[in-house]
Amino acid sequence: MSPGGTGGDGHAIRCERLKHSFNEVRALDGVTFDVRVGEVFGLLGPNGAGKTTTIRVLTTLLPADEGSAAVFGLDVRRQQLAVRRVIGYVPQQLSADAALTGYENVWLFARLFDVPRSELRPRIDEAMRIMDLEPAARRPVSTYSGGMVRRLELAQALVNRPRLLILDEPTIGLDPIARAGVWDRVRALRADTGMTVLLTTHYMEEADQLCERVALMHRGTIRASGTPQSLKADLGPAATLEDVFRHHTGSLLEGKEGTISDVRSTRRTARRLG
Amino acid sequence: MSAAPAEPRAAWVEVPAAPRWWRILPSRVLTFWTVELWRIRHDQQELVTRAIQPALWLLIFGETFTRLRAIPTGNVPYLDFLAPGIIAQSGLFVAIFFGIQIIWERDAGVLTKLLATPTPRAALVSGKAFAAGLRAAMQAVIVFVLSAILRVGLDWNPLHLAAAIAIVVLGASFFSTLSVTIAGIVLSRERLMGIGQAITMPLFFGSNALYPVHLMPVWLQALSAVNPLSYEVDALRVLLIDAPGRLGLDVAVLVVASAAGITVSAALLGRLAR
Repeated sequence: MSPGGTGGDGHAIRCERLKHSFNEVRALDGVTFDVRVGEVFGLLGPNGAGKTTTIRVLTTLLPADEGSAAVFGLDVRRQQLAVRRVIGYVPQQLSADAALTGYENVWLFARLFDVPRSELRPRIDEAMRIMDLEPAARRPVSTYSGGMVRRLELAQALVNRPRLLILDEPTIGLDPIARAGVWDRVRALRADTGMTVLLTTHYMEEADQLCERVALMHRGTIRASGTPQSLKADLGPAATLEDVFRHHTGSLLEGKEGTISDVRSTRRTARRLG
Repeated sequence: MSAAPAEPRAAWVEVPAAPRWWRILPSRVLTFWTVELWRIRHDQQELVTRAIQPALWLLIFGETFTRLRAIPTGNVPYLDFLAPGIIAQSGLFVAIFFGIQIIWERDAGVLTKLLATPTPRAALVSGKAFAAGLRAAMQAVIVFVLSAILRVGLDWNPLHLAAAIAIVVLGASFFSTLSVTIAGIVLSRERLMGIGQAITMPLFFGSNALYPVHLMPVWLQALSAVNPLSYEVDALRVLLIDAPGRLGLDVAVLVVASAAGITVSAALLGRLAR
């Protein structure tokens, strides 16, 4: 992909029949979906559905056993470094370094994304300003609230001005006000920059409000995809996205516990949020 | 999302050109050095607590054995002979548990975020390893100060001191990659702690840090010959007490060991990220 080119034929992401197993457990079982440039796309499903595994494939952290995936036309298996240059990634866990200040946390990622030295300061200031963290930039992260840490992680992911922002359960463990704060900034950022956003969540009402299209994942497969409106309309006038999920999977979203590592990770995140 | 997708802003569409491959490694090492310096600045207490052990070795073990004259070291006072060994030991102790930090970073989601940046794994491990080296260098400086207080007869030529610091960085870099390698195999903090404790003492006592190699039983001499710590201590003695040694061989062994450590631990880093 040439710098500045769109790549990917109008698609930010294309996944074709992705399969991946962890020993005996099939995490992905033929996942196929695409995300158009500039849209907000939600991968929805309970813990253990395969959302995070899909994201790990797209962020080049995990090679799929079968199938193919491309980000802006770049093959995630063969063009790993090029793919990483165009994405910003916020993992499920709270991953900011509490021993550093907010500014230092963002500086680290600016350097790892090879932001030129002359642009370092303005870029970091820009990312902190977008996330409304400028007043707290020089404070140790250990003094931040959970919502501020999440916004700091978004600032880290934005400092390279990514074309694709990948958010893995970004509001897990946050209280409703902090969740609204995170989504407000993602919404404003997207409206301002036209960035493509791929997010995973199991909060159906959030996905309903935020996403232009969603894919419902269950046991490593995509059970349905489309706009939230069309998926609900197919089921009936009063249907919710939760009803749609139940219809396509035959199970309740909240009833799925996921693996022990999913639960441990969620609890660890919640504990760090305080 | 209610807002219509905006046209992507030009600044957010440009994909920065990748730096040349030979610039990535020094760039990442400098980046992680800077971050490590910030960490040390924010938590200076750790430097003080880590200085206690080498101080005790010099004060109690060194002073006592100097008076006992139980270990023949020729014309060199035992305390002078011991000081380079204690410098190497304090670096070893800093580095050998470095894998625990990597496992913590894995659990906190930091590692996946770092691996999703356009940083080759070898460059990431190198950056981390040399950051451990920097911390070990700080320990060495503290031992230098203690040595001055105890009137240890070190060579205070600034060039020799700088070269000794470089050797400490190189040695700690190797041992930190050894620790990351073990972390990549055992994948858990508890097992790494157990193995770290199990190998630290054999590495230390199986080296020339406390006594000359010719005093060891033959089987221990064989262990010392394949122990990188012995080469580090030998180089430090050449530089700091003008002892006869093989500086070229010592440096070559440490460079090759570090390169091998970086290669192996980089290959295993993916296991930690899954």
